Amino acid sequence: MSSRTKVWFSENGALVALVVLAVALSLLSSDFLSVSNLLNVGVQAAVTAILAFGATFVIITAGIDLSVGSVAALSAITLAYLSTTSGLPWPLATVIALAVGVVCGLANAALIAYGKLPPFIATLAMLGIARGLALVISQGSPIAMPDAVSHVGDTIGGYLPIPVIVMVVMGLIAAVILNRTYPGRAMYAIGGNEEAARLSGIKVNRQKLVTYALSGGFAAVAGIVLASRLASAQPQAAAGYELDAIAAVVIGGASLSGGKGRAFGTFVGALILAVLRNGLNLLSVSAFWQQVVIGVVIALAVLVDTLRRRSSN
Amino acid sequence: MSEEILRVEGLRKRFPGVLALDGVDLSLRTGEVHVLLGENGAGKSTLIKMLSGAYHPDEGRILLDGQPVEVRTAGDAQRLGIATIYQEFNLVPELTVGENLALGRPPRRFGFIDVKAMHRQARELLDRVGLDLDPRRRIGTLGIARMQMVEIAKALALNARVLIMDEPTAVLTTSEVDKLFSIVRQLRDEGVAIVFITHHLEEIAQIGDRVTVLRDGRSVAEVPANTAEDELVRLMVGRPIDQQYPREPEQPGRALLKVSGLGRRGAFDDVSFEVRAGEVVGLAGLVGAGRTEVARAIFGADRYDTGEVTVDGRPLPAGDIHAAMAAGLGLVPEDRKGQGLVLGADIAENLGLVTLGDASHGGFVDRSGQRKAAAKVAGQLGVRMSGLGQEVRTLSGGNQQKVVIGKWLLADVSVLILDEPTRGIDVGAKVEIYQLINSLTASGHAVLMISSDLPEVIGMSDRVLVMARGRLVGELPAGEATQDTVMALAVTEVEGTRVQ
Ligand SMILES: Nc1ncnc2c1ncn2[C@@H]1O[C@H](COP(=O)(O)OP(=O)(O)OP(=O)(O)O)[C@@H](O)[C@H]1O
Ligand SMILES: [Mg+2]
Repeated sequence: MSSRTKVWFSENGALVALVVLAVALSLLSSDFLSVSNLLNVGVQAAVTAILAFGATFVIITAGIDLSVGSVAALSAITLAYLSTTSGLPWPLATVIALAVGVVCGLANAALIAYGKLPPFIATLAMLGIARGLALVISQGSPIAMPDAVSHVGDTIGGYLPIPVIVMVVMGLIAAVILNRTYPGRAMYAIGGNEEAARLSGIKVNRQKLVTYALSGGFAAVAGIVLASRLASAQPQAAAGYELDAIAAVVIGGASLSGGKGRAFGTFVGALILAVLRNGLNLLSVSAFWQQVVIGVVIALAVLVDTLRRRSSN
Repeated sequence: MSEEILRVEGLRKRFPGVLALDGVDLSLRTGEVHVLLGENGAGKSTLIKMLSGAYHPDEGRILLDGQPVEVRTAGDAQRLGIATIYQEFNLVPELTVGENLALGRPPRRFGFIDVKAMHRQARELLDRVGLDLDPRRRIGTLGIARMQMVEIAKALALNARVLIMDEPTAVLTTSEVDKLFSIVRQLRDEGVAIVFITHHLEEIAQIGDRVTVLRDGRSVAEVPANTAEDELVRLMVGRPIDQQYPREPEQPGRALLKVSGLGRRGAFDDVSFEVRAGEVVGLAGLVGAGRTEVARAIFGADRYDTGEVTVDGRPLPAGDIHAAMAAGLGLVPEDRKGQGLVLGADIAENLGLVTLGDASHGGFVDRSGQRKAAAKVAGQLGVRMSGLGQEVRTLSGGNQQKVVIGKWLLADVSVLILDEPTRGIDVGAKVEIYQLINSLTASGHAVLMISSDLPEVIGMSDRVLVMARGRLVGELPAGEATQDTVMALAVTEVEGTRVQ
């Protein structure tokens, strides 16, 4: 192998793994490669991927956001409650729902940047607070989503699912933010060496606000997509999804110690998780064993990545 | 003549994009100080990392006492009696001095760490290097010079037969260098073989016995340490250097930076001076005199309790880096690994860090413009790299330093504060940096330079300020600043005490 192909392979390990996985599954199950199944995989991946794009920002800054699942639920509940129960016009309700996500993110960041709480603790608190608020507002029961918004869960022309489109758009937005904008580049610097970033004139606290606000905003979008698919907002929706999101980011090649990560990698990471679940379903592996397999895959992905990094020295 | 203890034959090492070592031979005898000399990126650190088990050679042999040995891990090196002080520190900032000194083999009692014994051993080691420090102090609170002395103490604890020191004097002032040299001489007389890397040529004759010169990954000469400096430079760079300190003084203009009565409890007190357009003002003093603290306070990186900083007549708010930068201040910090670089990011990214805001329009960064600017400054500074996309972590120490300076050269600053700017930079590249300082002052900018390298402060400054124990104790115009006059001021006992 030439050294350029070697570099490509080592930077796109997750993509290679995804292709290998897909080929293996298409050999094992004739249903896997059907268009309808693949689109189904896309829909399954969408919510995780959107959450994970938001988590990518945070993880690049060497932070962590455990609250995204709860924030997703809170945003969806807010939307459903405001439009269905309170009768607000749906566009306004949607804007408020997105704002709720952003505000949750800002609250996280304020605790982290100004309160000097470790991100793990601040967002763990928000995980409880947002979930609790979702339960309080909904009084514990699902609320129907307004019809107009529920179309987000539909398909275009009967086959192209809108959640997949939303996922791709959010992925592109994340990629542009990370690669082309000031906050994106600042995230890499802060995660790589916060003190060097500060001494280079980057307003670290302000950029953390932006980072967690983005994570909250992305979580709100994910929550709305999820609720639209189910046609109702559920206070317990997306529980535990934060872990899938973090797993997708890490499988995609980001480092929890910060400074590394790409939107495309995260996208591939989310697809790997979805393909794996789908394949295990097709092969009728029990849901209990699926958890084991997915745990092993996460460990393997990170292990392979660390070994690769070490051997490149 | 003493016997050969370590021999290196035909060592080669390739990294992605560079052939770092291309056939290196080295012969080391017991009881000698063997200097490794070479430009930044010549392969000195790579060579010693293969002796310490950090890297493994692609080709070639290492012989110890005439027997070929494999040094695969740091543990192997320790068993073979090889101890290494790396160019970049390997201390854990969150742990205390005592804990760092005992790392990996703390004294135990009933299975628990024996803290008392640990601190006693730490004190003995610190005494040996002449460092008056509380072993309970956290490493992260020390400046880099003290960290360097702790590293040296740590290596002494291993009682090695071969001691390798990668640029131990880069951050030390004269008095610590003297202390270090007396330790080195003592070890040498006890029969320890010492490999010593330095970019300070005058140290070679003082401490060395023989010199091996590396150029582009090859060992090109082995000469006695009393070889003339000019000849050493020629061997190392391939051409002579006419003038080591090419300062071209300008007519000073208006005061750009004015510091009045600056003080912070326990660090520095009543510091007042000004730096005028076109001037290079040197700030000399012993380690711990408070030079770095003052620089950081001026730049807004730390707070201060009393006094005022004005730039071009406008007062700066305390502790606000952004305001300082907006007013035209810049700071090249002393600790490149901890404060200067994002090690995991590439060269272009690091060079563009300070100008990230200027290169952004409506939130979007002009990355191709940034790359062009980075390419230009990397060329000016002669950064030896495989490309702008190379991770800064894998650059040689001196080339990393060039990147830290480079990112500030790209910014449009009116007063640049340089804290140990040429730390670890080779003689040729130093002259390039001095030329850049000249062109800064020629275009009306001002430079405040902190340096522990006395010939450098004296050779490049138009005025030298001297600090001792947190206070300014004197000022010398260029004509009167000599090593003796500066040192005499630097050891002044200041009335009133200052917290260590
Ligand atoms: N891990 C690595 N990956 C890629 N290149 C590397 C790595 N380590 C060193 N290099 C390259 O090998 C060359 C030699 O580096 P080395 O650190 O040995 O230089 P040096 O002589 O110690 O220089 P200095 O005086 O600046 O410390 C440099 O071009 C450097 O970029
Ligand atoms: Mg080196």
